[in-house]
Amino acid sequence: MTGSILFLLIIVLGGIAWFFGRVKASRFSTSSTKRGEVHSLPAYHGWYVALWAIGPALLFLVIWSFSSPALITDAALASPAAEQLPQDAFARGSILAEARSIASGQQVKAFNPLSKSMVEPYKTAISYYQTLGAIAALLLVFAGGAYSWLRLKPELRARTKIERITMMALLLASLIATITTVGIFASLIFESARFFSMVSPIDFLFGTEWNPKAVAGPRGETGFGAIPLFWGTVFIGAIIAMIVAIPLGLMSAIYLTQYAPPNFRAWMKPILEVLAGVPTVVYGYFAALTVAPALRDFAVSIGISGASSESALAAGVVMGIMIIPFVSSMADDSIAAVPSAMRDGSLAMGATKSETIKKVLIPAALPGVVGGVLLAVSRAIGETMIVVMAAGLAANMTANPFSSVTTVTTQIVQLLTGDQEFDSPKTLAAFALGLVLFIVTLLLNLIALRVVKKYREAYE
Amino acid sequence: MNSTAAIVEARNPTDWQGDAMQKRIRKRYSAERRFKALGLGAIMLSAGFLAFLLIVMVGNGLRGFTQTELPVEIDFPAMTGGASASQFEGANGKANLRTLGVRDIVNASVEIQYGEKGRELFSAGGWQAVSTAIMSDPDVIETKTTLYLPVESEIDVAYKGDGNAFAEKKVAELGDKLSTGFNSNFLFNSDATDPMQVGIWGALKGSLITMFITLMIAFPIGVLSALYLEEYAPKNRYTDLIEVSINNLAAVPSIIFGLLGLAVFLNLFGLPRSAALVGGLTLALMTMPVIVISGRNAVKAVPPSIREAALGIGASQMQVVFHHVLPLALPGILTGTIIGMARALGETAPLLMIGMRAFIATPPGGIVEPSTVLPVQIFLWSDEVNRGFVEKTSAAIIVLLLFLLTMNALAIYLRNRFETRW
Repeated sequence: MTGSILFLLIIVLGGIAWFFGRVKASRFSTSSTKRGEVHSLPAYHGWYVALWAIGPALLFLVIWSFSSPALITDAALASPAAEQLPQDAFARGSILAEARSIASGQQVKAFNPLSKSMVEPYKTAISYYQTLGAIAALLLVFAGGAYSWLRLKPELRARTKIERITMMALLLASLIATITTVGIFASLIFESARFFSMVSPIDFLFGTEWNPKAVAGPRGETGFGAIPLFWGTVFIGAIIAMIVAIPLGLMSAIYLTQYAPPNFRAWMKPILEVLAGVPTVVYGYFAALTVAPALRDFAVSIGISGASSESALAAGVVMGIMIIPFVSSMADDSIAAVPSAMRDGSLAMGATKSETIKKVLIPAALPGVVGGVLLAVSRAIGETMIVVMAAGLAANMTANPFSSVTTVTTQIVQLLTGDQEFDSPKTLAAFALGLVLFIVTLLLNLIALRVVKKYREAYE
Repeated sequence: MNSTAAIVEARNPTDWQGDAMQKRIRKRYSAERRFKALGLGAIMLSAGFLAFLLIVMVGNGLRGFTQTELPVEIDFPAMTGGASASQFEGANGKANLRTLGVRDIVNASVEIQYGEKGRELFSAGGWQAVSTAIMSDPDVIETKTTLYLPVESEIDVAYKGDGNAFAEKKVAELGDKLSTGFNSNFLFNSDATDPMQVGIWGALKGSLITMFITLMIAFPIGVLSALYLEEYAPKNRYTDLIEVSINNLAAVPSIIFGLLGLAVFLNLFGLPRSAALVGGLTLALMTMPVIVISGRNAVKAVPPSIREAALGIGASQMQVVFHHVLPLALPGILTGTIIGMARALGETAPLLMIGMRAFIATPPGGIVEPSTVLPVQIFLWSDEVNRGFVEKTSAAIIVLLLFLLTMNALAIYLRNRFETRW
C-alpha cells in the first residue's frame, strides 16, 4: 500500500512541478519580446520540468524494487535471530520466505517456529529500506525538478525535447506487442524444452495413453501420449461444433444479406452478435447444467449405452452456438465481396434467387467462407471454459458423441490447477500442450488470412 | 442467313404454358421457398438458443436474489440483562456488540421457539443479520422484537420448489411461517461455504480492481501504438513485424496468455499468486491488440485534410497528432476499448492459470492481495455439489451479463453519439 501512496505522491509532485515550470515560462513572453525569441509555449516548459521531476524518481523506484529484496534479506540475516537458522540452504530459504510473507502481511500464521523469530528482523529491515527508498525517490523528485526549473530559459528548446521523448514513448508502446509475442513463444519453448528433456517428443506427440497422474519416476515417464487429447479437441472443436456452426451461420448470413428486409436485418444482426459476447463461462455453465443432462437422457431413451453426462456432444453443440456469429459475419463479408455483376447476370438469365445463391454466390465466395471456417476452428480449439465445465477428463479415443472425451485446453487447466511443483513433468506438460495449441492456431490463422486475402485480390 | 433460319425452324419454341414447364417452374419456386424458410429457420434457431440460454439463467437466477426466512422473536431486555441502545452507537459500538454475544442470544431465542433442534432450521451464519440490525438501529436492543432470519440452505431450496424429500417435509411442517425476503447477503458478502451466506461483492470488487489495472495499462499502450503505426511508422520490415505480431496476438487463444502470465509474471518476476495485479497485467496483454486494431481504424478514418490544415498553420507533427487527430479519433478508440474491456471482464481461463481460483472470503483491499473475479467465482460455484449454489451461480451470471450489457450499450451509444462520418 505504501508503494502506491508513494507513486501517487510522486505524480502529484510532478503536477506541481508542471505548474511551476509553466508559471516561470509564461513570464518569458512580455509585450516587448519579439517573435521567435521564446522557442516553446509555456506548457512545454511545464512538461519539461514535470518529466525531469518524475522520470528519474520512477526509474529509481523500479530499480529499487528489484534490488531491495536482496538488501532486506542481508539485513535480516545479519540480525542476532538469524544465528539459529539451519545451515542447509533449502530449509533456510523456506524459513526466510515464510518470514518475509508474514512480515509483509501476505500470510498470517507461521508453520515453522523459527520463521516466527525471523519476522521481527524482517519487519525492521523492510520498513528501514522502504523508508530509505521513499526518501531517496522524493529527493530525486526535488533535485530533478529544481535542476530543470533553473534551466528554463526563453531560448530553451522545450518542445523539441518533449516531442523527442513522446516519440520514444510511441515507439516503445508499439514494441510491447512484439515483446509479448516473443515472450509467449520464449516461455512456451523454454518450459517445453524442459518437458521434452524428461519425456521424449515422439512419445508425447504420438503416444496414445494419457494418464499424467500415474506418472511416478523422474525418468522414463509414460502416460504423456497426447493423441487422445488431440482427437478430443478435433472431435469437439472441429467436427461437432462446426456441424452446428457452419450450416446455421452460413444460412443466417445468406438470409440476412439476400432475403431479409432491412428492418429485420437491423434487429437480427446485433442479436446474433450477442451470442459472441456472452462470456464462455456462462456457456460452460449452460452446457453442464442444462444441455448435458438433456442429451444424456435423450441418449439413454433411444438406447445408446455408455452415455455420459459429460458428453462431447454437449460441449461441441454449445461451442458451435458460440461460433455461429463468427461464421455468419465472415460469410456475410465474403458474400458481400462478390461483384454484383455476377449476381445480376445470373438473375437476368432467369435463375431464381436461391439458384443464384447456390450456383453463383456461394461458389464465388467459397474461399472467403473457407477462410472464415478455418478462423472459427482455430477459435473453437483454443476455447477453454466450455470444455473444462462440460467435457470430461477421461482421455478416450472414441467417435461416440455421447461419451466423454477430453481436450488440450481442459488438460492444461487440469495440470496447472491444484498442487503444483514447477519442475515436475506434470506441470511442464501443460506448456508443451500450450505450445502445440499456439502453433496450430497460428498456422490456421495464417492459412485462413492468406486464403481470404488471395480471394479478395481476385475480385478487386 | 439460310442456315440460321433452318436451325430456328428446326427447333420447337419452348412451350412455357405447357404442363411440363409449369410443373418445373412450380418445383423451382417451391425450392426457392424452402431455401428461404431454411435461412429464416437458421436465424430463428440461433436467436432461439440465445433466448433459451437467457430464460434458463434468469429463471434459475432470480431465486438467488431472494432468501427464505423464519421469524424469531428476541426478547433483548431479558436476554442481555438490560443493555442500552447508547452502548452500540459511535466508535465503540462494534466492540461492545462483539462482547454481547449476539450468536448465543439468537441461538437461545431460537431454542425457545423452535425446540431443541430448532437451530438446525437456520443458516449457520444467520445470526449476523441480527448484528446488522442492531448496528443499523441500536434502539431494537431495548425492545422485544421479531426479526426474520435466513433458514438453512436445503429448506431454502425446498421452499423455492426444488428440494429433497426430507427438506420438503420440513417445509410442510413449518407451513406459512416461512416467508420470502430480499437476500441482501448476496450483494454485500463474499464467498462462503454456506450457500445462504455467499455473496458476489468480493468477486465484483476483484473484477473492478483487475479491470482498472487492465485499462490503465492496455489503453495508453494501445492508443500510443495505434498512433505510431498509423502516423509515424516507416514502411519497413520492423513495422511489418509489429503489425504481424499485433494481428497474431488478437487471435491467440486466451489460455495461452494465462500460460504467459504464469511463466513470466509469477515465476520469472515473482509477483504474488492470485493477485489482481497479475490478473490485470495478463488481461491487459490480451486486450491491447483489440484496442490497437480499433484505434488504427479510428485514426485512419480521420481525413488527411485535417492534418494538412494543421500543418499549414504551423503545427509540428506531434501537435497535429495530439491536438487534432487523437481528439477526433477518440470516440472510435473508446468504443473499441469498451468492447475489449467487456471481453476481458468475461474472461476466465487465463485467470485460472495464474491462481485466481482460491477461496477468497474477504474482499481484496489492494492490488497485490489475493482476489478473485466474477467469472471465476461463477466457475467455482458451478463446481459446488450443494444444491443451494445452483441459483447463486445463475444469479451471479445475471449480474455479470448486466455489466456486459451496460458496457456494450455504452459502446453503441458512444459510437452513435460522437462518431463523425467524414
